[in-house]
Amino acid sequence: MRRYSVFAVAREALRFHAGWGRAWAAPEPKRKYDVIVVGAGGHGLATAYYLGRNFGIRNVAVLEKGWLGGGNTGRNTTIIRSNYLQDPSAAIYEKARSLFETLSQELNYNVMFSPRGLLMLAQTEHEARGYKRTVHANALQGVQTEYIDAARVKALVPIINIEGPRYPVLGALYQARGGTARHDAVAWAYARACSDMGMDIIQNCEVTGVRSAGGKVQGVDTSRGSIDCDKLAIVVAGNSSVLAEMAGFRLPIESLALQALVSEPIKPAIDVVVMANTVHGYMSQSDKGELVIGGGTDGFNNYTQRGSWHHVEETVRALVETFPIISRLKMMRSWGGIVDMTGDRSPILSATPLGNCFVNCGWGTGGFKSIPGSGWAMAELIAKGAPGPLAAEFGLNRFREGRFIDESVAAGVAH
Amino acid sequence: MSTRLATGGRLIDRSKPLSFTFDGRSLGGFAGDTLAAALLANDQMLIGRSFKYHRPRGILASGVEEPNALVGLGQGPRFEPDQRTTTTELFAGAATVSQNAWPNLDLDIGALNNLAYRFLPAGFYYKTFMFPRFAWKHLFEPVVRLSAGIGRVPKDRDADRYEQAYDFTDVLVVGGGVAGLAAALAAAKGGQRVLVLEQTAHWGGRAPVDGIAINGMPADAWVAETVASLAALPNVTLRRRTMAAGVYDHGYVVAQEAVADHLPGADLPRHRLWRIRAGRIIAATGAIERPLAFAGNDIPGVMLASAARDYVVNWAVSPGDRTVIVTNNDDAYRTALALHDAGLVVPAILDARAKAAGELPALARARGIRVLEGRGIARVKGGKRVKAVEVCAQAGEGAVLETIACDCVAMSGGFSPVVHLYSQPGGKLVWDAANGMFTPDPARAPTGADGKPFVTCAGAASGALQAADALADAHAAGGGEAAQAPRAEAAAEAPMQPVWMMPQGAPAKLRFKMWLDFQNDVKVSDVQLAAREGYESVEHTKRYTTLGMASDQGKMSNINGLAILSDALGQPIPATGTTTFRPPYAPISFGAIAAEARGEIFQPLRRTPMHDWHAAAGAHWEPVGLWRRPYCYPRGGESHSQAVNREVTNTRQNLGLLDASTLGKILVKGPDAGRFLDMLYTGVMSSLPVGKCRYGLMCSENGFLIDDGVVVRLADDAWLCHTTSGGADRIHAHMEDWLQCEWWDWQVYTANLTEQFAQVAVVGPNARKLLERLGGIDVSKEALPFMAFTEGTLAGIPARIFRISFSGELSYEVAIPASHGLAFWKACLAAGADLGLMPYGTEALHVMRAEKGFIMIGDETDGTVIPQDLGLGWAISKKMPDYLGKRAQERSHMTNPERWKLVGLETLDGSVLPDGVLAPAPGANPNGQRATQGRVTSTYFSPTLGCGIAMGLVRRGPERIGEVLEFVAAGKSIPARICDQVFYDKSGEKQNV
Amino acid sequence: MLTLTCPCCGVAAEETELAPGGEAHLKRFGPGASDEDFEGYLFARKNPKGVHFERWRHAMGCGKWFLAARCTATLEVFGTYKAQSPEPPPEIIAAIKARRPDWKGYS
Repeated sequence: MRRYSVFAVAREALRFHAGWGRAWAAPEPKRKYDVIVVGAGGHGLATAYYLGRNFGIRNVAVLEKGWLGGGNTGRNTTIIRSNYLQDPSAAIYEKARSLFETLSQELNYNVMFSPRGLLMLAQTEHEARGYKRTVHANALQGVQTEYIDAARVKALVPIINIEGPRYPVLGALYQARGGTARHDAVAWAYARACSDMGMDIIQNCEVTGVRSAGGKVQGVDTSRGSIDCDKLAIVVAGNSSVLAEMAGFRLPIESLALQALVSEPIKPAIDVVVMANTVHGYMSQSDKGELVIGGGTDGFNNYTQRGSWHHVEETVRALVETFPIISRLKMMRSWGGIVDMTGDRSPILSATPLGNCFVNCGWGTGGFKSIPGSGWAMAELIAKGAPGPLAAEFGLNRFREGRFIDESVAAGVAH
Repeated sequence: MSTRLATGGRLIDRSKPLSFTFDGRSLGGFAGDTLAAALLANDQMLIGRSFKYHRPRGILASGVEEPNALVGLGQGPRFEPDQRTTTTELFAGAATVSQNAWPNLDLDIGALNNLAYRFLPAGFYYKTFMFPRFAWKHLFEPVVRLSAGIGRVPKDRDADRYEQAYDFTDVLVVGGGVAGLAAALAAAKGGQRVLVLEQTAHWGGRAPVDGIAINGMPADAWVAETVASLAALPNVTLRRRTMAAGVYDHGYVVAQEAVADHLPGADLPRHRLWRIRAGRIIAATGAIERPLAFAGNDIPGVMLASAARDYVVNWAVSPGDRTVIVTNNDDAYRTALALHDAGLVVPAILDARAKAAGELPALARARGIRVLEGRGIARVKGGKRVKAVEVCAQAGEGAVLETIACDCVAMSGGFSPVVHLYSQPGGKLVWDAANGMFTPDPARAPTGADGKPFVTCAGAASGALQAADALADAHAAGGGEAAQAPRAEAAAEAPMQPVWMMPQGAPAKLRFKMWLDFQNDVKVSDVQLAAREGYESVEHTKRYTTLGMASDQGKMSNINGLAILSDALGQPIPATGTTTFRPPYAPISFGAIAAEARGEIFQPLRRTPMHDWHAAAGAHWEPVGLWRRPYCYPRGGESHSQAVNREVTNTRQNLGLLDASTLGKILVKGPDAGRFLDMLYTGVMSSLPVGKCRYGLMCSENGFLIDDGVVVRLADDAWLCHTTSGGADRIHAHMEDWLQCEWWDWQVYTANLTEQFAQVAVVGPNARKLLERLGGIDVSKEALPFMAFTEGTLAGIPARIFRISFSGELSYEVAIPASHGLAFWKACLAAGADLGLMPYGTEALHVMRAEKGFIMIGDETDGTVIPQDLGLGWAISKKMPDYLGKRAQERSHMTNPERWKLVGLETLDGSVLPDGVLAPAPGANPNGQRATQGRVTSTYFSPTLGCGIAMGLVRRGPERIGEVLEFVAAGKSIPARICDQVFYDKSGEKQNV
Repeated sequence: MLTLTCPCCGVAAEETELAPGGEAHLKRFGPGASDEDFEGYLFARKNPKGVHFERWRHAMGCGKWFLAARCTATLEVFGTYKAQSPEPPPEIIAAIKARRPDWKGYS
């Protein structure tokens, strides 16, 4: 692999950059692989990468029906945080966050991880208590967060309206090392590293069937022919149920549309990520200057990658109220992705009823931030055939046992 | 130089001069000008700086596709960045400033990037800025962010208002050009409701500029006549200045009307957001001209040929004294003719085609204009404005054949139909190789609720670029018969020839200067680099190079970029694909999207009948759902906590009054109501005697506690279910769900009466005295014992009295019709003055319930807690065969004896435990996290006990009473003893007096 | 932005009037059911890309629940019908088959 550096760029500049080679290869599929990962999004590519890096398993194919990083990896709002309440969530998201810290250097590809700080606003007494609880939990989980008062919120985000009138900001859960990264670059960086390890990333290759014998997976049928494998990993987010059906089982998953939008680019206006959960909206600013805005999901099953307008209105309303100066800015682009929501809104990293077939899905709206941790844990699950500590609590069996990992702390009610 | 012509200008009113400023300089224009036209009329060629290299940027286009000429408009609370000058109507006093330049437009320090352009190719940042590790966040990123971003940040809250409106129509025609008007006319004749939207202030689109004749009359006249006929039809609505921004599923369209952008200070909403439901949509949205890719095509003075023509014809603005035309099609000759006929010099037309033999070239030649065939531009000379072009053979590698001095270059690379509204809801496109454009694929149109196509493109938007074809196509799209279609007469055009790079063999040095995306500084070389590096999908290339991501959203760059990419990959354009179009078509304001939902009416406010009294009494509010409830009522300089302590103490010693109207009140009635409630609650409700109250718990089918409250049996067949304040609507929906979908044959009726009744809790040792003074109902211990209910007339008001207590005191909750709520509240206050009556708020309520060990949904529960965790086994029937959540609670994890269970907690030093604090257990879990064994769920200072009290969930808690746990907050350990959760009046005497 | 016709009140209601309720025709399992059946009832979802049967409530209208047959890949609506239907009625099945000849049928 040609190393990227400022010196390499300078050398190439002299010859009009004619010497750069492919970031990743475009191979034909082989007959058989040790592991096939279906889905070349961030999670699939990270899974493949850590299979090679941590377990030396390099005879791996990553199959992608479209183009790599083209699903939710390229459609999210790029937020990275690990300020989760429940232990298993905090563990895997913090693993991911800590891997993000050095990802650019490890993969020799600048993914622009920007730990610019993340605020979750407390706008009701109930929310404030919940975030204080999270801070105490995070301290024991090794996640650095603090609860800050409204004055500090205002100092961190001068454009915020903390006075209400409807939902004055009481304080915030602050994760100073939370932030953002360049979403596409994460997929590209992993793809380049996988390709460099000799793995095959095969784009425009749609899986049309899962072959099995004796309760064990044998391989997959694809739009580019049949491919055998010893182990199969399904890492396809919103399309998980479709693949699961091919493999002969059902998942506790529903596929819903989630929308995001950006403003026209402006000069730096906000240096941290702000999430306002009482009013349902969140906002950060990209390095290009766009305000990146997201909100809640649609409520019905949908595979179209198109959402409903009223959610855009709800989200923008929340943010105009929170940041009144954005009223005269303009929405430049909006888009939708398909998120995979589980019964407890937490992910699934699990063996399945089909032998040697593993599934990584259910990240819902939290997928991007977890990519490195998810790949790390999934690789271990595939390599060892059993989950390591990061994945242990995220098995499918939890739905039978009633052992949920529910982050949606409380239905905010009071007498 | 660009200047105002002495005559002409079909859209301007020379009798109405207007003055405005640009970067502080006072300039003049006319009513009818766009900002861009007025700036050009003042020879302001340089408008801003580009995104990455800070290159000088002028006006490229004349419409919504403009990527360069964006300014900051307005001042203070009316300042708006990134305003597109080509679509902004000039108004008197408009204050505009250039963007992305420092210290000023002419001397921009950021332009240093331009010198280093070779070192800053597409994606250079992915390959650099990685060391040292902290430098991205602290060093590189801040510089990148400051350099990028273009528009200035508004400083103030918006001074304008916005509104929203609905409309419904059978046929929505988007676009008021001649195609749109023809389609509308045809559709309207069928009698359907027709709504026509035009994004500009003018009907007619391009046809009048192009000099087309329709039905034997000039286009302007036909447009006027057609608009008049449409306006006269009762089933037609015409709206100008209204841009259809997005088409959503099932015929839903979002459009933005610029109501007062051109009338600042008028007492009108600035924008109106239309939410339209259309049976069918005809997108007569025209086509947008493409730039050509030649070196220096971004220098101010290079513009689209159609735009140059617009400025001359519409606004009488000359874009330059000497304009060289460069084209691959016949349409650009119209620009040559228009300029020539306005007395301007066209030194040459460079036609990339080997032969220019059509009718339009003949007209140009007839005027003595030089037409050079097979020629292109090797390079534009100039810095901040065009000085000359170097001519080369299109087929060659850029050897300069001739240099032609000029101050404007009008280019045309052909046209791209505006298919955005067709593509947004899922319509697919096909590639028309002959005309080098994507057109709608009729076989794969977007489909609606009935599975049938609901968006049709018409006119140029469907690929019918010639006026005659466009009119026929649009007329047919509107449902008209072919024979009746308007007939256009226009010069016939010879075929265009796709040209994606000029000259075709340009070396790298030239390719590094050929712009594709003018705002984001993406060049031909960047796309080729992306292809070389394996970013082969068009989406990869877009994202890697930022092509098409600027505020024109690729209107200028997408097709050219796609063609360059396809060429680099050696495959036809359709194999590379196209990107998906996403709403909005052009940017729309957040103000319009949010509209009136701001400040006090950001969300609906639910008010109890006593709301205004609380406000007048100085209540400190707490939002609870959409309600606002008094948190406490501070008196004379009290802090909130002092007020809460006073309210608690007074209620316990004398008498407190709580507005409990927000409590959910759901009537459940019918022959099967008891049976139904037995399924809904964990306890038996069917056995509750009439006139009695019982506390009940509701679980989800998944077993978790979702709500609690007191159930009252009003009559044999009627129960009143109290829910939490936030829960009434949710629980009512929950009841209806089970009633309608599972037990639909049970005879039960439910009604949510929450807002029909005000409810007042009269609490404290003097409660009975107060009610007795109010008079009318016997509230003695015998007549109305604890957990009993009665109704009658109290203080002359019909009232229901529930003797229930959430505080542990003698307590009556009185429900009165909402209209009497305030009167009753005041009656209580008047009668109770000498009983020590004080109102108390939600926080005092919380403290008192915690002193008493009562749980609070949302504090003791969080969606992971089952009733069994909370010591509420007494409220769970063992006998009932089934209730919602019962099966779930039998699962292994739910019956695990290691579950955390509710206990009381008291610190050894009497301090108040921090909110939500946890108690670590020895060791760590496999992920290296500290193990834990309990957490605090509610914690308060108890003024009654004079110390901190808390409840918490602790592993095997009830078995460990007396044990001391160490809670950890911010690294400090706080020891607390596990105790009974009831801190006050354990025997329950007080509530039972 | 969906529109669905409420079979109870006949109104062609738009999405903002409606509350979605997830997969239709789930069979309730209560006490006595096996762990597997109970898990399947609460969590296992078909979530198909294509023909889907789902629950809706005309929440901001007549308040009634109803069922809809809808394509999750195109958002085409094949029909709506009473919530009190143990399985899709024949006319709905026929409407789907007319539009989706390859559809495997309700199972």
